Amino acid sequence: MAADPSQPLIDVRDLERTFDVRRRVEGRRGRLRESVRAVHDLTFSVDAGEMVGYIGPNGAGKSTTIKMLTGILVPTGGRVSVAGLDPSRDRVPLARRIGVVFGQRSTLWWDLPLRDSFDLLQKMYRIAPARYRENLDRFVDLLDLGAQLDTPVRQLSLGQRMRGDITAALLHDPEVLYLDEPTIGLDVVSKGRLREFLRALNAERGTTLLLTTHDLQDIEALCDRVIVIDHGTSVYDGSLAGLHAEGGSSRTLVVDLVDEAPPIVVPGASVRRVEGPRQWLSFPADASAAPVVAAVAAAYDVADLSIQEPDIEDVIRELYSRGG
Amino acid sequence: MADAPSVASPAQHLRTYGQIAWLWIRAAWQYPTSFVLLAVGNGLITGLDFVGLWIMFAHLRDLAGFSLHEVALLYGSASLALALADTAIGSVERIGTYIRTGRLDQMMTKPVPLLVQVCADQFTLRRLGRLTQAAVVFGWACSFVDWTPLRVVVAVSMLLSGALVFFGLFVGFSCIQFWTTDATEFANAFTYGGATVTQYPLSIFPREVLVGLTFVVPVAFVNWYPCLYLLGRTDPFGLPQALQFASPVAGALTMGAALLVWRTGVRHYTSTGS
Amino acid sequence: MTGGGTLHLAVATRAFRRYSTYRAATLAGIFTNSVFGVIYSYVYLALWRANETAGGYDAQDAVTYVWLGQALLMTIALWGGGTTDDLAERIRTGDVAIDLYRPVGLVGWYLASDLGRAAYHLLTRGLAPTVIGFVVFGIALPDSPVAAAAFAVSVVLAVVVSFTIRFLVASTAFWLLDQSGVKVMSGAFAIFFSGMMLPLVLFPGWLGTVANGLPWASYLQVPADIWLGKHLGADLLVALGFQLGWAVLLLAACRGVVRLATRKVVVQGG
Repeated sequence: MAADPSQPLIDVRDLERTFDVRRRVEGRRGRLRESVRAVHDLTFSVDAGEMVGYIGPNGAGKSTTIKMLTGILVPTGGRVSVAGLDPSRDRVPLARRIGVVFGQRSTLWWDLPLRDSFDLLQKMYRIAPARYRENLDRFVDLLDLGAQLDTPVRQLSLGQRMRGDITAALLHDPEVLYLDEPTIGLDVVSKGRLREFLRALNAERGTTLLLTTHDLQDIEALCDRVIVIDHGTSVYDGSLAGLHAEGGSSRTLVVDLVDEAPPIVVPGASVRRVEGPRQWLSFPADASAAPVVAAVAAAYDVADLSIQEPDIEDVIRELYSRGG
Repeated sequence: MADAPSVASPAQHLRTYGQIAWLWIRAAWQYPTSFVLLAVGNGLITGLDFVGLWIMFAHLRDLAGFSLHEVALLYGSASLALALADTAIGSVERIGTYIRTGRLDQMMTKPVPLLVQVCADQFTLRRLGRLTQAAVVFGWACSFVDWTPLRVVVAVSMLLSGALVFFGLFVGFSCIQFWTTDATEFANAFTYGGATVTQYPLSIFPREVLVGLTFVVPVAFVNWYPCLYLLGRTDPFGLPQALQFASPVAGALTMGAALLVWRTGVRHYTSTGS
Repeated sequence: MTGGGTLHLAVATRAFRRYSTYRAATLAGIFTNSVFGVIYSYVYLALWRANETAGGYDAQDAVTYVWLGQALLMTIALWGGGTTDDLAERIRTGDVAIDLYRPVGLVGWYLASDLGRAAYHLLTRGLAPTVIGFVVFGIALPDSPVAAAAFAVSVVLAVVVSFTIRFLVASTAFWLLDQSGVKVMSGAFAIFFSGMMLPLVLFPGWLGTVANGLPWASYLQVPADIWLGKHLGADLLVALGFQLGWAVLLLAACRGVVRLATRKVVVQGG
């Protein structure tokens, strides 16, 4: 039951969500009712097979959007369709076609072996036994969970538990996987392994991925496309490279000279920092590094060179400060 | 444009319920000491409850015209119905917590009706103690009943309808938590309050209270009316005998009303997100 | 319980404030207590109609007893809970290690906190049902200032005794990790032997003797009898002494358990 290929898998049009909040006001009796727009004028669509980073500061409206995409929350305006379904009206049928991993909230049975949680999901989703075994074998293999299958979840590490949760969200072959902060709290090795898996999943099965994260390395490693949301609406939607350009971000050339020297002077780059024989030069992210490298190498005795990619966090901060 | 979703039958929901419950039973069994203590403790509460009734009768020949055997029949049947309902859907009282912790959101992304998941969640058999104790008291009281085929039918339907009434009360009043998570204790007045009044002959209350217990919080149908028939007594309030056979209707109505409230509650939750 | 009295007062005040933020919960609780008050009033009225002098009470005594029970239910935390639940949770998570190394004693700290909680519950969920009971069922009031003052002392002692038992129950988590099983058991005994289920004056023969000698009698039966003027003169001092005796004994037990637990936490690192 695949969605119409001519239609985007996720289609969000002029989405709006307001909340009524009651606020206590200093010096007044009772509470003031007011309406807060958590999400407004939000429009985007995601095609099947895309991997999209959905980022923004806390309170920007990320989780409100995810809730509307999964049918947990009814929009107050606009339209959402996922796999051709209206999430809030067809929440239960839609549940069979999506996978959701909510950050640190595990769906696994704390006191029972991992396998028991998976077996129950097979029954809840009514997954054909052969397909279930096939998926389980594949994910367990890719995520290296074989040794943990019969271990109670409470004894698993955070990384193992997250991998377990992701497996749980994928056993029923969802067309789209929503991941909310999947790498939060994980060590570098676990993060790397998880990203590798998600890439493989997308390549092998074409699973669409929508990822909210604070870890911009997740985005760098996984997403060709980024949607930045701030104050409830999208402030950027496009490629990661474009985000750099828009945010006016820069790359850094780290130069290790043979001897200490005064700040390097070359066209197209400027020195940011000097520390003994090491100097940091920044140049625009959309410019080529080659002329800068050539100029430096021609004029100085260079021991080593390396290029640092721009810090997206700075880029986004820049975007926010403009949007806000 | 999607295919018509394969509609799951109530039987399938029941099976899913059983599968979820079974996992929780096994999870609880990972801590056998706690499990046993909880079961024994719960049995003790209800056991001592009945001892209390016994002590009461050490000072009386009858309570509002009902002998110990007769009160035991009321007590045992109500306790059985409550234990059945509590075992089956006890965790529905925790929706406030589920909302706060985000667990409800997780459940909403699963293809199983929310009510089935909520009721099966943290399923526990610790009410076994109460169930056993209630069954013993009820069995003992039954030995004093002058049985006829119709009385057997009324007795069986009484237990099922009684459980249904408590089902409905617990589900319905727990839904308050969709609107406010602070005032959960408010529901106890109706659920546990209702359960408490059913332990006594309702003839101890004034007529207005009885009317309330018949038409507002219909716990009088859990045991009072059918027990009047089992005991062959005329209604002390002079109400029509038809009420003594109306428990299944009351059970179905309570359950229906509760499901309606549940749906409204879920709709409120999805439309306010709080 | 060394350490500054000011600190303990601050701890108690903080607990009082913490509980006073749950206003809707308090109102809901008062409503529920009142509904149960009405239910049990009718039960007892039926009982005393059939036997007008049961247990040496008359019908008004019995109904008064019902409403005092509803009023004290939360104050003495009959079902368990209160601040000792925080302790059990901190034992489970291991955070208790921090508490054990604090310069103030664990028992004193939690007792102060629980007294703050009890004060809040007495002023709200204690006072309101008493007023409702008085207005609707005409319950008796203490007939002398001495009885009223003695009742106040008796309630404080009731909270202390109840605290010590709840503290001991929570402490089982040091060994069992989970207090819930023991808590349910302890709650069952508390409801039965405190007189909450049925006044202890109705308990026949040896059962009555035993029940009136157990610490749980301090929870409700003793304060209620003082309120009802059943203890006068020297008898009043004996009743308060009974509560005080249990309070001292059980506080000592609490401190002993803390010593054992400290050794365990230090040896096993939590």
